[in-house]
Amino acid sequence: MKTYSKRHVLAAMLAGTCIAGLPALAQDGPIKIGVLEDQSGDFAAATNVKVHAIQLATQEINDAGGIAGRPIELVIYDTQSDNRRYQEFMRRVLQQDQVDVVFAGFSSASREAYRPIVNQFDGLAFYNNQYEGGVCDANMIVTGAVPEQQFSTLIPWMMEEYGSNVYTLAADYNFGQISAEWVRQIVEEQGGTMVGEEFIPLGVSQFSQTIQNIQESDADFVVTLLVGAAQASYYEQANSANVGLPMASSVNVGQGYEHKRFTPPSLANMFVTTNYIEEIDSPASNDFVERFRAMFPDEPYINQEAANSYIGINLYKQLVERAGSTDHDAIRAVIAEGDVCFDGPSGNVCLDPQSQHMSHTIYLAKVEEDHSITFPTVWENIEPYWLGDAGCDLTQNDPSAQYTPSSPPPAQ
Amino acid sequence: MRTFGRGFVLARALSSAEQGARRVELFPAIFSIFYQFGDAFAFLVISCAGLAVIFGMMGIINLAHGEFIMCGAYVTAASARAGLPLPLAIACGAVAAGVVGMALERAVIRHLYHRPLDSIIATWGVSLIATQGVLIMLGPTMQGIGTPLGSTLVGERSYSVYRIVLFASAVGLLVGLYVLFYRTRFGVIARATIQRPAMARALGVDTRRVYGLTFGLGAGLAGLAGGLYAPTMTMVPTMGATFIVESFVTVVVGGADIFLGAAPAAAILAVIRAALTAWYGQLFGQIGLLVAVIVVIRVMPGGLSAFLKRWQR
Repeated sequence: MKTYSKRHVLAAMLAGTCIAGLPALAQDGPIKIGVLEDQSGDFAAATNVKVHAIQLATQEINDAGGIAGRPIELVIYDTQSDNRRYQEFMRRVLQQDQVDVVFAGFSSASREAYRPIVNQFDGLAFYNNQYEGGVCDANMIVTGAVPEQQFSTLIPWMMEEYGSNVYTLAADYNFGQISAEWVRQIVEEQGGTMVGEEFIPLGVSQFSQTIQNIQESDADFVVTLLVGAAQASYYEQANSANVGLPMASSVNVGQGYEHKRFTPPSLANMFVTTNYIEEIDSPASNDFVERFRAMFPDEPYINQEAANSYIGINLYKQLVERAGSTDHDAIRAVIAEGDVCFDGPSGNVCLDPQSQHMSHTIYLAKVEEDHSITFPTVWENIEPYWLGDAGCDLTQNDPSAQYTPSSPPPAQ
Repeated sequence: MRTFGRGFVLARALSSAEQGARRVELFPAIFSIFYQFGDAFAFLVISCAGLAVIFGMMGIINLAHGEFIMCGAYVTAASARAGLPLPLAIACGAVAAGVVGMALERAVIRHLYHRPLDSIIATWGVSLIATQGVLIMLGPTMQGIGTPLGSTLVGERSYSVYRIVLFASAVGLLVGLYVLFYRTRFGVIARATIQRPAMARALGVDTRRVYGLTFGLGAGLAGLAGGLYAPTMTMVPTMGATFIVESFVTVVVGGADIFLGAAPAAAILAVIRAALTAWYGQLFGQIGLLVAVIVVIRVMPGGLSAFLKRWQR
């Protein structure tokens, strides 16, 4: 009870200073950023690098004088790939540590676990992961890529190249289920056929029967939406059974760098749409990789989530400096201006005011026989248009909901 | 859309035209069923052997079982990458896990033989330390070593040869353990120690040493499981966890005896799992496995082995 009333007093005092018109930036304390990422457990391989990217961006900003003169202070907790830890630590950073913004979450299950808490305490959270799309929530800023960026590009390209019979293999939780729904819809729109769809519980590592099901189907390519270290065993096992089908994915390579971890050619002919991976050969990307490895020489791989986390910190800096405060309404007023952009490792990206998602240049990465990466094609500047088109407009109202193609926002 | 699957359909039409007779197509179908059963059986037997030895012989519920598996897999991968041939590398993995197991037995487990609940907590703590320790020291992943032996074509489907080797290893493992416990001096002494420790001591058996060796054997078998599956899996500190459910389920269904319990339990569970996975997918395979445990512990609390022993008499 006591902490609550203290919080209220504090909130009242803060409100008071705002009403009095004192610029909040006059405080010389640091800006506190909470970081909740999985540094251990099933997802650690893909997410340790996000923490490092945030530390890199923080150090660069602090060395250059901080955000509007205030240094950034990181409050980092290891969420252990466990949804309950996310809820625990989200309460802790918002209530006890009183952070200004939180950077949190890898799996969609973890995001949906902490999102109600962010809403409850009216916090602000950056979700820097590619995901199944559809989160229309004013308390969330999403820098990761979404299905209209990853699937609307990838699936038609694959169908044109390899044929229209599609087999989907997806992790059995909200990310896999909703992503599979997207794939199904796009395949139907393009006149193709779903010859199979199988959902794999997280933590499953043995795929013999699944491999046989795929071999028995007439699939032209397999969409692999497998998540976590255990499920990644699929590629090795499919390769040793000589499945030999091209694979398409929104999560592999760009997230879990399977092409570095497995022996060639188990990932050969894997096609991934990603907004960043370290193999992208542009001056901005090479510069980013160089600065990253200077600070973290042993980093196994710099993936798209690392780039998005790095971009996220820089976007937040810009938002706070333009808003003149860390106040969420002031920040959202800046986003509503519609010109919040950042020229980062993956090129120029902009925040969309309606959905608070980010535009991306999407690279099609192909894994070759020797596990080197080539880029058969690039789609420039794809807007996260689906939420806005479907009727989500965070500048008007805040439903704090997640929508999917089969459950779009209610008609106004 | 029909045009695209052309190559596949054509190949299928050709092969069936060539083979013509139905009798020829029967073999691939039976082989496929047997392959799936064998694959599930091998996974259950290999992953539970170490747990079954430690639980069945010593009554210790070893929650660090998955971490011994991880230890075996890591040592196997490291030695294979250092240039050792795979069978030798797997042996290295098993021996390393066994040595770690004996050290752990001496340091911790030995003092908890009459405190089963405490031993659960202690081994769980060891597993947490091992997972996190490996994460901190060796990082979140380790590069895999690739599955050897390639694939073979039976009918029109291709199968991984290594998976057939795994099935053979599972059978070999059961035979080897049988010989060890029923045909060697160590086996007789170990069984005597487990059944009548006081009497064994009176006859001059160093029972502490036997307990240590048995625990080491269980840990070594877990390491062997890790070594055998290392080429087919992602190498991460938490990899042992993917074996845990299956191995505990098999030991619980089987009961205290490996040969009368764990082996038939693995066979029955493999049929349940392979069939359900084939018809309804992975999720139902897992559900079937867990429902089987619930039914078994309700109907035969001592597991299959107690049931079979009573039936024998």
